[in-house]
Amino acid sequence: MTFFSVGFQTLFYKETLRFWKVATQTVAAPILTAMLYLLIFGHVLEGHVEAYPGVSYTAFLIPGLVMMSVLQNAFANSSSSLIQSKITGNLVFILLPPLSHWEIISAYVLASVVRGLVVGAGVFLFTAWFAHMSFTAPLWIIVFALLGSAILGTMGVIAGIWAQKFDQLAAFQNFLIMPATFLAGVFYSIKSLPPFWLAVSHANPFFYMIDGFRYGFFGQSDVSPWISLAIVSAFFVVLAIIAVNLLKRGYNLRH
Amino acid sequence: MAVRPAPPAPQNRRMTAIQITNVQKSYKALKALGGVSLNIEEGEFFGLLGPNGAGKTTLISTIAGLIRPDVGSIKIHGHDVVTDFRNARKNLGVVPQELVFDPFFTVRETLRLQSGYFGLKNNDKWIDEVMHNLDLTNKADVNMRALSGGMKRRVLVAQALVHKPPVIVLDEPTAGVDVELRQTLWKFIARLNREGHTVVLTTHYLEEAQAMCQRVAMLKLGQVVALDSMAQLIRRISGSQLIVHLSHGDLPDDLRHLVVPEDHASTNGSGKKYHLRVTEYGEVEQILARLRASGAVIDEMQLQQADLEDIFLQIMDGGSL
Repeated sequence: MTFFSVGFQTLFYKETLRFWKVATQTVAAPILTAMLYLLIFGHVLEGHVEAYPGVSYTAFLIPGLVMMSVLQNAFANSSSSLIQSKITGNLVFILLPPLSHWEIISAYVLASVVRGLVVGAGVFLFTAWFAHMSFTAPLWIIVFALLGSAILGTMGVIAGIWAQKFDQLAAFQNFLIMPATFLAGVFYSIKSLPPFWLAVSHANPFFYMIDGFRYGFFGQSDVSPWISLAIVSAFFVVLAIIAVNLLKRGYNLRH
Repeated sequence: MAVRPAPPAPQNRRMTAIQITNVQKSYKALKALGGVSLNIEEGEFFGLLGPNGAGKTTLISTIAGLIRPDVGSIKIHGHDVVTDFRNARKNLGVVPQELVFDPFFTVRETLRLQSGYFGLKNNDKWIDEVMHNLDLTNKADVNMRALSGGMKRRVLVAQALVHKPPVIVLDEPTAGVDVELRQTLWKFIARLNREGHTVVLTTHYLEEAQAMCQRVAMLKLGQVVALDSMAQLIRRISGSQLIVHLSHGDLPDDLRHLVVPEDHASTNGSGKKYHLRVTEYGEVEQILARLRASGAVIDEMQLQQADLEDIFLQIMDGGSL
């Protein structure tokens, strides 16, 4: 098994070191952004919206913001690394050594998970001061944080391989990742939506990541966490198969 | 064009370091490689020459697994670069032509990472030796962004050598770099070659290829148009030229067929100057004797050997071996 090979470990270390060296941009900035969301939305909507019985709006919002940060940063880590390496040409240093496609994808995804979790933990630490938070089912928190960041890390690999230019990646991020995250119930419970948009939200896999994650805090969610787990796991498997297949074929990497 | 087959294998046959068999690669209508076949033996210093667009970098990228051939196969020390890529790549170190680097890391971090990708941990002893030999030691902790172009080129070379590959491929390693780096680089590469590493070189500096390579292949429009040892190439093509300046008399008619076609007798003061083709040194004495017998007086003479540049130009101009 090559998963724990030196090649994999090195690439994982490099991808982690890469974002850590610019932590102001990759860790501190997203934490600040999430805090601004909390301050603005919490201030405006606190006392006006009660998503779950007995849960304040600010408390409801915090897990959503944490998960949104986890997802967006996990995606940013693998996708930006790959596109930068492709554009500057230094991807050749990954393509010349005897690294298998499994080693490459595992390293990129795991580093994305680390960045997602670091940013998520930071967002939680700084926002938890503003509301009373509970941890009803912490295992669900961990499971959905890990799966969500792995999914977005894998999507980042796919986007990084597919994109040939920065603006293609930006389009992927702005027209797919961002709307899917924002419309996944970060700021509201989808139960408050009209039937059509409720159905649309149920077709959005990001919703299940956030809903399952939130269940871990409050023991309440829009759908059962087991259903969310099944859908999120299936989504991850599909994305992983696509990413491995692209790497195996050398799509846009080996010509 | 006729392609001369590889010279017969020596008696004490070595392993084939790179075996290229009928490799073809097209990009839509453009045929980048049109059926290239050649073997590079273990321990050789091999030159891959050709003008821009001849297919050198495509061939090297195919050897490195960066480009997949449409047809044909390449083996590094017996390992297919597609089906057994892990073992093939372990045996190969490639210095890419483009000056690429990762701006996040220092020189030492870059080399440690590259070493790790090849499965080597705790490789600092060799990394230090490579840096020492490429005069990079005092730049070890400097970020890649802060290095000059020449220094970045040295790091590229170091990255290719970090796993001590038995086969080293250098794609234009001295393009745009100063004399000091060239000397440092060639000294180190020559040492590695003496120690048994196979070296494949592409360069536009033909004098480098002539000085370093034992055997060369010339590519033109994706085809091998010449493949031979350096000595054989020089002997076979053009031969040498005897330049004579006659102060009195003229070239006898029976020597006029030796005049290099593009050469026109030039007058220099009171005499005439001719470039005569000689294929072996014994002919020089015969020509001189004939000139003396005709009454011509030689004021000055020079024997000029053909070099790789002459051969290159002749082949690329339509000639073949």
